[in-house]
Amino acid sequence: MSAAQQGVRVEVRGVRKSFKGTEVLRGIDFSVDRGEIFALMGPSGSGKTVLLRQIIGLDRPDAGEVLVDGHPVHDGDARDRVRMAMVFQSAALLNSLTVAENVGLYLTEHRSQPPEAIGRVVSEKLRLVGLQGAENKLPAELSGGMKKRVAIARALVMEPQLILYDEPTSELDPLRSVTIGREILSLNRRLGVTSILVTHDRDLAMGVAHRVGFISEGALRFLGTPTELRASEDPQVRDFLNIDFDRNQHTEETA
Amino acid sequence: MFQSIGEVIVLAGRVLGALPRTWRQRRKVADQLFEIGNASLFMACLLSLFIGGVIALQTGPRLAERGISGLLGGLVGLSIAEELAPVMMSILIAGRIGSAMAAEIGSMRVYQEIDALRTMNIDPVHYLVLPRMVAITLGLPTLVIFSMIVGWGGGALVAVANRDIGITAADYFNNLRSSVEGFDVAKGFIKSVVFAVAVGLVSCHQGLQTSGGPRGIGRSVTKAVVNSIVLILMLDYALTRFLILFD
Repeated sequence: MSAAQQGVRVEVRGVRKSFKGTEVLRGIDFSVDRGEIFALMGPSGSGKTVLLRQIIGLDRPDAGEVLVDGHPVHDGDARDRVRMAMVFQSAALLNSLTVAENVGLYLTEHRSQPPEAIGRVVSEKLRLVGLQGAENKLPAELSGGMKKRVAIARALVMEPQLILYDEPTSELDPLRSVTIGREILSLNRRLGVTSILVTHDRDLAMGVAHRVGFISEGALRFLGTPTELRASEDPQVRDFLNIDFDRNQHTEETA
Repeated sequence: MFQSIGEVIVLAGRVLGALPRTWRQRRKVADQLFEIGNASLFMACLLSLFIGGVIALQTGPRLAERGISGLLGGLVGLSIAEELAPVMMSILIAGRIGSAMAAEIGSMRVYQEIDALRTMNIDPVHYLVLPRMVAITLGLPTLVIFSMIVGWGGGALVAVANRDIGITAADYFNNLRSSVEGFDVAKGFIKSVVFAVAVGLVSCHQGLQTSGGPRGIGRSVTKAVVNSIVLILMLDYALTRFLILFD
């Protein structure tokens, strides 16, 4: 299968979502092409993760719809038709299972391969994320970064056509963040997976994404390439991209 | 409240529909059964021993005063088989196992593990609820049978050791055998199966509905235990009324 064939096209159409009377998403529209890496950026609380949950079908929008390869993601058989995986911000590993059991869970539960073959796939995916030898560890024995890599390995086992990353580099040191960024790029190039990532990490988004969306207060304020984002005149986008901790300014303000 | 009742009924339907998948989840069922036995067997035996002993201690001397202490075996036997063993063991299991179920599933919900299962196209009801329901439905009635035997033994110990009662172990067990019929034991068994389903469903439902972090988990555990105990006592009355029809 060629790289371009494996990914899926995602269309987000007029998605709205409210919680207890507060509108968190105010009609979001965009699409992601097959095999594209799309990054969603924006300040904390702007609705990025909520949007990600609508895209993968964990929550249902109040209005609008999400189409994956032309079919609504909330259709009962959407997951039978398209393999979708998500790497959660907290990694969301099952704490009672070992690393190997976590990574092989999808295959074990769907009885898609005999146990020996599952073992081989698990070892291969753990090697891919640099965690060979960690098979028998429990999630509690892993650092935040290791958990995140196990979560990526668990997603890879599904051979996804669409993969969603929620803050993939949070809790990671800069070196490990770069490794994760390279892994996202490598997956995209090798398998043609459509990738949507939510991140605060400006370097990651600018470095790996083909296109970037900027969300603020539940609305999409910008959509374009990283180069176009850098040139954006939108004050919120400029503030988000250019803000840096200035020690001298901080000292003046507090004096 | 009505919404919760509806959700529990829907959950029961989904568990029933998933029953054919039990064999696939046999390892998890065995783990849960071990948990029930390991956590509760010793406590169940201790509790039952004292329940049997207390009934004998309170009623034995009064029966002896009226010259009918020979009926003690039947009295202890029936009380334990029909009422005390199923109710007390179910309350014990609600406290020890139901709370653990609500806490485990609740923390999996709060820490997005259930969301992760859903993204892998793994139904949380099949993966988490079904093995727990099967295990509690097998484990609690087994525990109740143990409880009956140990409770009868506790009554016998007190009856023989207490001079105010003054009967032999043979008198006690002869009366117990002649008074307690198979159907009396079956009544306790039937009650325990119904209580097990109730405790399992309420606890798993509370776990699945958990929200709001560690405090939410605590709230779910409390609700699971309190609602289970209230439900056990309500169902006990209804079942007793119903089963009397077959006496």
